[in-house]
Amino acid sequence: MLTGAQILMECLKKEGVDLIFGFPGGAVIDIYDELPKHPIRHILVRHEQAAIHAADGYARASGKVGVCLVTSGPGATNTVTGIATAYMDSIPLVIFTGQVPTHLIGNDAFQEADIVGITRPCTKHNYLVKNVADLAETIKQAFYIARTGRPGPVLIDLPKDVVNATTEFSYPESISIRSYNPNYSPNRKQLRKAAELLAQSSRPVIYAGGGVVSSNSAQELTSLAEQCSLPVTTTLMGLGAFPGDHSLWLGMLGMHGTYTANMAVNNCDLLLSIGARFDDRVTGRISSFASGAKIIHIDIDPTSISKNVVVDVPIVADCKLALVGLLEELGKVSDVDWATRFAPWNESLVEMRSTYPLTYAKEGEWIKPQSVVEKVFALSDGQAIVSTEVGQNQMWAAQFFTYRHPRTLLTSGGLGTMGYGFPAAIGAQLAFPDKLVVDIAGDGSIQMNIQELATAVSYQIPVKIIILNNGFLGMVRQWQELFYKKNYCATCLHTNPDFVALAKAYGAEGFLIEKHEDLEPTLRAAFAHPGPVIVDVRVEPEENVAPMVPAGAALSEMLLV
Amino acid sequence: MRHVLSVLVENEPGVLSRVVGLFSGRGFNIESLNVGPTLDPAVSHMTICTSGDQQIIEQITKQLLKLVTVIKVVDLTEEQAVEREMVLMKVGAEDSKRAEVLRVADIFRCKVVDVSPDDLMLEITGDYNKIRAVVALLQRFGVKEFVRTGTVAMRRSMQLGER
Ligand SMILES: Cc1ncc(C[n+]2csc(CCOP(=O)(O)OP(=O)(O)O)c2C)c(N)n1
Repeated sequence: MLTGAQILMECLKKEGVDLIFGFPGGAVIDIYDELPKHPIRHILVRHEQAAIHAADGYARASGKVGVCLVTSGPGATNTVTGIATAYMDSIPLVIFTGQVPTHLIGNDAFQEADIVGITRPCTKHNYLVKNVADLAETIKQAFYIARTGRPGPVLIDLPKDVVNATTEFSYPESISIRSYNPNYSPNRKQLRKAAELLAQSSRPVIYAGGGVVSSNSAQELTSLAEQCSLPVTTTLMGLGAFPGDHSLWLGMLGMHGTYTANMAVNNCDLLLSIGARFDDRVTGRISSFASGAKIIHIDIDPTSISKNVVVDVPIVADCKLALVGLLEELGKVSDVDWATRFAPWNESLVEMRSTYPLTYAKEGEWIKPQSVVEKVFALSDGQAIVSTEVGQNQMWAAQFFTYRHPRTLLTSGGLGTMGYGFPAAIGAQLAFPDKLVVDIAGDGSIQMNIQELATAVSYQIPVKIIILNNGFLGMVRQWQELFYKKNYCATCLHTNPDFVALAKAYGAEGFLIEKHEDLEPTLRAAFAHPGPVIVDVRVEPEENVAPMVPAGAALSEMLLV
Repeated sequence: MRHVLSVLVENEPGVLSRVVGLFSGRGFNIESLNVGPTLDPAVSHMTICTSGDQQIIEQITKQLLKLVTVIKVVDLTEEQAVEREMVLMKVGAEDSKRAEVLRVADIFRCKVVDVSPDDLMLEITGDYNKIRAVVALLQRFGVKEFVRTGTVAMRRSMQLGER
């Protein structure tokens, strides 16, 4: 006979979990009592939101399921932003929350919160376990649901008496849920149609998203693009799914995408969407999005298809299987000489790319934030894992770092959660202890989870936080400048702390960069430092992210400034 | 357009709130919702009346199926189906009006299920259009109370071609 706490540990081991992120409290103290007896490393964060973001960063970087353990009530409610972040970006997590004993549920007991009710709209699924006999099966289901189909966070609420009750333990070997059967294999007929459309098109574009990353099909995407000479753009979530230094690469599309990517999508006659969901930040005004094109849409989630845009060839499938199948069908459909066929189109795009590159005014007294990102790229040989906060820092990190491999950019794309980047970097660093992990941060965002310096220091997790310190909530200030007559209401951060001193107060290292000539040597020193580091880079305060499609405008109405 | 969805779900705590939360969270419309057990105690049946254009109905169906506890969704509007709803209605029926109320009730095969000096309680069963018609006709006598079950529906076994 095992207790609920022991069963939890056994299940985690069966699932191959050797690392969890958490924060204790009364409702989970029995689990924490059991934890040290097992080969499962626990990272004590300083705020539960960071536990989720760290597990999320770990999951994004490694492709494994991230796991968290928190207490009931406030511990559980503190996780909500993190869970919603993971849900929007389809990141597999399993979150264990403590709960008051079953006989007290509904009594407004001390530290009671209906976390299953609260997280229903932001989890893929969630459970309240009322009987210890159901625990093992529930955990098996949770991991299965989290990582299969369109991945996502799954929460399990564990009342204290269930954790302490005992039962015979057996972990189910296999699993089948009659109401949950994700479809993986593509429909052959649809693939053939897609192949035929491609063969008939003259201006095709691949628009790839996070689904290519989560299905590990970057290789297949590159093969498809190369075999048929198809130009590629990706969403923010898809960066790294296609090599950013490839001749067929157009850059990211959308609100702050490249001019070329947006014009290519605007002018194409065939849009092949793979694992992307036509988000409003990507499409701009939806009625004008790829309006002259036939659209093929590959996605594992049927609800993503024809949600915002009606498509011509829907293919519900795992991106990898669909790409492999599409390559086969393309081989059969014709002996088109793809390179020649699409040469005029590709040449026009190459020309456009050189006429309208991503750029910025490099001269001036202030250090330009874009140059900092470029320098991070250069000094890391492009091998770093980059996480970002949200705002201008996020967009510059997307634009001026060349991502060549999937799972090297960790960013809150869907929810846009400030405070995500630093804890996510901690999670990624734990997945890859020997890699350089950099959080490109803003001076506003970093303060939303700055307390995690204590976590980084206590486990000597050597992440490098690069603050692009502009003294503003920069992205909001940019909107105020462009669309609200420079009414900088509530966006000036006059009273930022001394970040270097703050880092040191926590026991980390801190560097300040104010002059151009310090940028490279100080970044080098920061990267060479064996522990966690904050680099406070004072950058041009009113630099804007460009180019830009104003909210609600068509991609073709991009402002180049 | 009005659609009647027949939905089979796992009979678990919270399943109703998952379904309702989906509708409210995504701004879908619920005209009526009826839930009850099936012969299999592990499964519940919901009949949901909703409205929207083709794209919205397709989203609703797909979003419902995406819920882990939903087993099956059928849009009965696409099929030939029998639809019923029951209404309990307290209609003013003082002596002067009583005969007329009873006559309308009789025409529509309503049952008188309770009587008082001033009103009659009627039980009315029918499809959406019949209920609309009865209500419209009885309203002028003064409806004092009104409750309805929401639609339930069942697919016909014989689906005849071209309606
Ligand atoms: C939790 C949260 N609150 C508010 C916002 C709205 N928001 C988006 S960008 C931004 C400014 C971010 O400022 P900073 O971190 O300094 O980055 P910068 O844009 O200056 O690079 C704000 C407030 C958000 N995305 N997340």
